[in-house]
Amino acid sequence: MYNASDLKKGLKIQIDNDPYIVIEFQFSKPGKGQSLYRCKLKNMITDVIIDRTYRSGDTFQPAVLEERKMQYLYAQKDEFCFMDVENYEQIFLKTDQVGDAKNFLTDNLEVELLFFEGKAIGITLPNFVDLSVTKADPWAKGDSVAGDTKPITVETGYQLRVPPFVEEGERITIDTRTGEYVTRVKE
Amino acid sequence: MSPGLKNRSSSNDQRRLASRKQNLFLRARMIQAIRKFFIEKDYLEVETPQIIPAPSPEVHIEAVRAGNQFLHTSPEICMKQMLSAGYSKIFQISKCFREGERGNLHLPEFTLLEWYQIGIDYNHLMKECEALILWVSRNLGFGERLRYRNMDIDLEAPWQRISVSEAFFRYTSMSLEKALKKGAFDELMVNEIEPNLGVTKPAFLYDYPVSLAAMARLKPDNLEFAERFEIFIGGLELANGFSELTDPQEQRARFENDLRQRCKSGMQAYPMADRFLKSLEFMPEAAGIALGVDRLAMVFANRPKIDHVVSFTPEEL
Repeated sequence: MYNASDLKKGLKIQIDNDPYIVIEFQFSKPGKGQSLYRCKLKNMITDVIIDRTYRSGDTFQPAVLEERKMQYLYAQKDEFCFMDVENYEQIFLKTDQVGDAKNFLTDNLEVELLFFEGKAIGITLPNFVDLSVTKADPWAKGDSVAGDTKPITVETGYQLRVPPFVEEGERITIDTRTGEYVTRVKE
Repeated sequence: MSPGLKNRSSSNDQRRLASRKQNLFLRARMIQAIRKFFIEKDYLEVETPQIIPAPSPEVHIEAVRAGNQFLHTSPEICMKQMLSAGYSKIFQISKCFREGERGNLHLPEFTLLEWYQIGIDYNHLMKECEALILWVSRNLGFGERLRYRNMDIDLEAPWQRISVSEAFFRYTSMSLEKALKKGAFDELMVNEIEPNLGVTKPAFLYDYPVSLAAMARLKPDNLEFAERFEIFIGGLELANGFSELTDPQEQRARFENDLRQRCKSGMQAYPMADRFLKSLEFMPEAAGIALGVDRLAMVFANRPKIDHVVSFTPEEL
């Protein structure tokens, strides 16, 4: 249990059974009046940001979050299947729970899943993943200038722009935080 | 390299301290100017103990323990005992301590200027506040106009005067009575009223409802309100003053009530300030005020955080 005086940036608390993280915090106190703890809080599931003012005496349940190392197995319909690498338990996430991460999921990729009260609420990918290029126009030597890029598609269906020398069938490294091309993988 | 200097680049601590040099020089000159003002007006500078057995039982201020006593949260109780003994004009600049108060405008250890004069009421005291701030400003070379957080503030008297109930009417969607009933007074004050106060000229917010009278006397012609005021410059609360309550029975009743409330909300128990209450029997009519020295330094240095005008915050030790 937390008290209002425990509030600070980064504290994770429960509001209406959802996990929230304090992203902004201000202590104020009018002359002779009571302490007010003004917070901006982000819902860790929906990312919705709310403003709340708390007073001394208010108490909160901590939002207990657990990170588990999971392996991505396969997708079916609108679900993605992951397996806990320690106890082999399998769980399914909906497409909207996986979000943009689906662009970078390949079989057996190890990821961190964030759980709140047994429910998976977020996914953390490795910063870099290697993916095969499944569709790319051939490089017409000579008719491009430095800095040019061309669109390609990788095995997950994700499309991005890369330097013109990248060819179909090659593997490339992508930064999952920006979704951008980093380099070709040397076999 | 000159001898005595250590051959290593300065740490963050050194850089931070050095970056405050200008503010700390200004702060020191400001405190010297304040002293000069009161000395020229024949006030006696006093020093009262910071360790006291029985703090005034404020319902929203928690004292820091010092052994089996407490660090004072303001020098009020001792200074008023001096008034009762015939010291007619006194001032003090002292460190005060309040548990758990830390924010952009709060430090748990801070500096208060407190002054009292017998034979005057809060109206007279407001005029003296106008004179003090203008005098200090001129002394620091700022003249009659200040720039604080993108506001141009004219310090010449008379300042703006607005009663608490008028402020609720003008700046909030709720009447003062309703705000008190719903327990929304403090929130509306901080979020909706204070930012509007003292924007072009410093402002006095005056006549607080009796439930927030603290140690102020009630208005003789309207017992619903107490003769208490606060000063705001650029939305920043700087000071709290009042016509002093001199009735020992009334003061004891308020203290007993406050001690009960403290107990209910799980705050530390204090002994009753009996010696202070006894001294009130001899206390003449007087007015007094506490002004936040750190906050005044914020205004003159035009800084948004109290951290910028002190040498060290608790986190920097």
